[in-house]
Amino acid sequence: MNNLDFLKPKSRQIDFDKFDNRILDYVLEREESFLTCMSCGGCTATCSAGNLTSFNIRKIGLSLRRGNVKDLSEEIEKCMFCGKCTLVCPRDINIRNVVLLIKKRIAQLKSDNAL
Amino acid sequence: MLYNTMDILVSLPFFIGLIYLVLAFLYRSVKWIKGLSKFDKLRLMQSMISKRLFNSIREIFLESLLHRKIFRKNRVLGYMHMSLAFGWFLLIIVGHVETMIADQSLLVPFHKAVFFRFYNTNEDFQLTKFFAFAMDFLLLFVLSGLVLAMLKRFKKKVFGLRRTTKLKSGDRIALTSLWLIFPLRLLAESNTAAIYHNGGFLTSGVGHLMSYLVNPDVLYIALWMAYSMALGFFFVSLPNSRYMHIPTEVVLIFLRNAGIKHKKQNDTYTDVQVYSCSRCGLCLDRCQLSVAGIDDSQSVYLLKNIRNNNLSDEKLFNCLMCGKCQIDCPVGIETINLRITQRIESTRQYNSSYEYLKTYESPKADVIYFAGCMTHLTPGIFTAMKQIFALSGQNVWFMDEDKAPCCGRPLILAGQYEAAKKLIENNTQMILDSGASTLVVSCPICYRVFKEDYTLHNVNVVFHSEYIQNLISAEILPVQKSELKMVYHDPCELGRGMGMYEQPRELLKLVGNVIPLNEEKENAYCCGGSLGNIKIKANQTHLLRDQALSEFKALNPDILVTTCPKCKKTFASGRKIKVMDIAEIVVDVLVKGEDKRTIIPREEIIEEASLKSDLVKL
Repeated sequence: MNNLDFLKPKSRQIDFDKFDNRILDYVLEREESFLTCMSCGGCTATCSAGNLTSFNIRKIGLSLRRGNVKDLSEEIEKCMFCGKCTLVCPRDINIRNVVLLIKKRIAQLKSDNAL
Repeated sequence: MLYNTMDILVSLPFFIGLIYLVLAFLYRSVKWIKGLSKFDKLRLMQSMISKRLFNSIREIFLESLLHRKIFRKNRVLGYMHMSLAFGWFLLIIVGHVETMIADQSLLVPFHKAVFFRFYNTNEDFQLTKFFAFAMDFLLLFVLSGLVLAMLKRFKKKVFGLRRTTKLKSGDRIALTSLWLIFPLRLLAESNTAAIYHNGGFLTSGVGHLMSYLVNPDVLYIALWMAYSMALGFFFVSLPNSRYMHIPTEVVLIFLRNAGIKHKKQNDTYTDVQVYSCSRCGLCLDRCQLSVAGIDDSQSVYLLKNIRNNNLSDEKLFNCLMCGKCQIDCPVGIETINLRITQRIESTRQYNSSYEYLKTYESPKADVIYFAGCMTHLTPGIFTAMKQIFALSGQNVWFMDEDKAPCCGRPLILAGQYEAAKKLIENNTQMILDSGASTLVVSCPICYRVFKEDYTLHNVNVVFHSEYIQNLISAEILPVQKSELKMVYHDPCELGRGMGMYEQPRELLKLVGNVIPLNEEKENAYCCGGSLGNIKIKANQTHLLRDQALSEFKALNPDILVTTCPKCKKTFASGRKIKVMDIAEIVVDVLVKGEDKRTIIPREEIIEEASLKSDLVKL
């Protein structure tokens, strides 16, 4: 019976005390339109980079909100900046700016050895 | 004895200012030239001993003194700049000649010519009357420009300018002293004329009037001193104000004519361009961003911020990169390349490596069609191109139909040049592997990067409108001229970017009537949706779009035609006019002239049946 551990998943609660808001705050301060994202996934469906690799821009939004800094810094590298996501976004979110801001902030944190 | 000390004292402020100015400018110039790369230094040296030297001198005369480019843009503004620059230049030259003749010597001290009426009061020499008249005339010429300059500060609209730049305190000191120089010269010379009766038509008249008010002897030294101080103040404040553009423009012209090009990283050529900006504000006037209330990121402010080391990302990336500011710049500063370089410097730390890129096996083909990301979001263009390729009978590989990297231009616009190179390498490999001789693109954004940044030997990169026109002139595509009334919108990347204005219009004339616009070709509006602007908000984009649309709408066309999928997408969202790409309109006309298809010479290649079914689907 011990082999059926996967039936008892660990807690999925998000611990807000450990929430890393360093990137999210930076982005929202400069591009508040991201607040209106409803994770519809239109961006991901059209994404040129997502067509070539496992890059998922909707997941980027999720990682950003969850403060998942490690995932973000690995994944955001894959964006090709073509702008299709921004064009299809039903909420008119400036996604290219969000990506640029995430990249900038991560570079900042890295150079401060905070990552 | 007292008179002798006063003699020296009067020219002292002028001398101190002049020496400081010369030293400051020399220091900068040496720094700029030292900072150039080895090859650029060689280029500069070679240009100094070749015909280019004369070209430079000619350009300096035409632009720095006569201000030809400003004249073309606006005559009043041109006159204002010319009278100040060329008038002052002539005052110096004629003043020197006058002193030389009076002293009967070829070597005269500099200050003696500048304060000629002060040092040379009553001696008669050859041509005294002529010089008195000439100098007065030139002074009047300069003063007329000065009056216009003052008017411009307070009433911009007279000059057709909507806005002018905001001043810093350093600029204010320089501006005030510059404005004071010539009125003070007039007063000093008039006052002298009242005492010694040596003035021309202007100074003797004004001197006469002045002598009614005050005893001329009282003001004599004070006025000359004030004139000298105004000159001194101007010279001292010049290196740290916008007036540094006056000497720097000369350096810029020499460097540019030597063939030195703007680089993808900052070097001293960047600095020379930055210091050459006179902040005249012509770029502000053209910039569409003001429609959306964005008033702090224009080229003039970019240059100012680079100079003051306080450029923020918010301003740097808030620009459409449409290039309208560049065509008006009287100094010829490469505003767009300069901004791209700043973006490269700003994002240098975080370029992606795109390790996931793979080169897939390329099928052999004669022609490659690279639709580009934006065309994939405007499937109408893609379908139209497929129709055209089917009729062409050529062996076409639709390179990015399923998957392919982006062309790289959006990354370059965002400053990620190193990252863009990876995409460029990958695409180049795939294109060359296919052995194709022609690469067709339907997006000006892609077209520009393929032309400028790819090295594709033996592959002819053609824009889809060119490709279509070639097919029509080879009588492969039968088109019929319709009664359609069309307006043609020049996309920024194709028009100002690549200089392609006429070809799409010629093609359109084969299928319908093109109504000319007020603002077209070089002056065409940007649709607002440019990928170059990363900071603009959606509602601001809509304001820019609507400005352009209202001009189109006023002409009441049947269709707005463009050659850029991004422009099409942006304009279509305005829902005012029907928007079509040039390829779509050609296919449209093609279908209507179906009976003409019999003249297609290559019937055996085209599968009639499949073609017909395709056409019916449209």
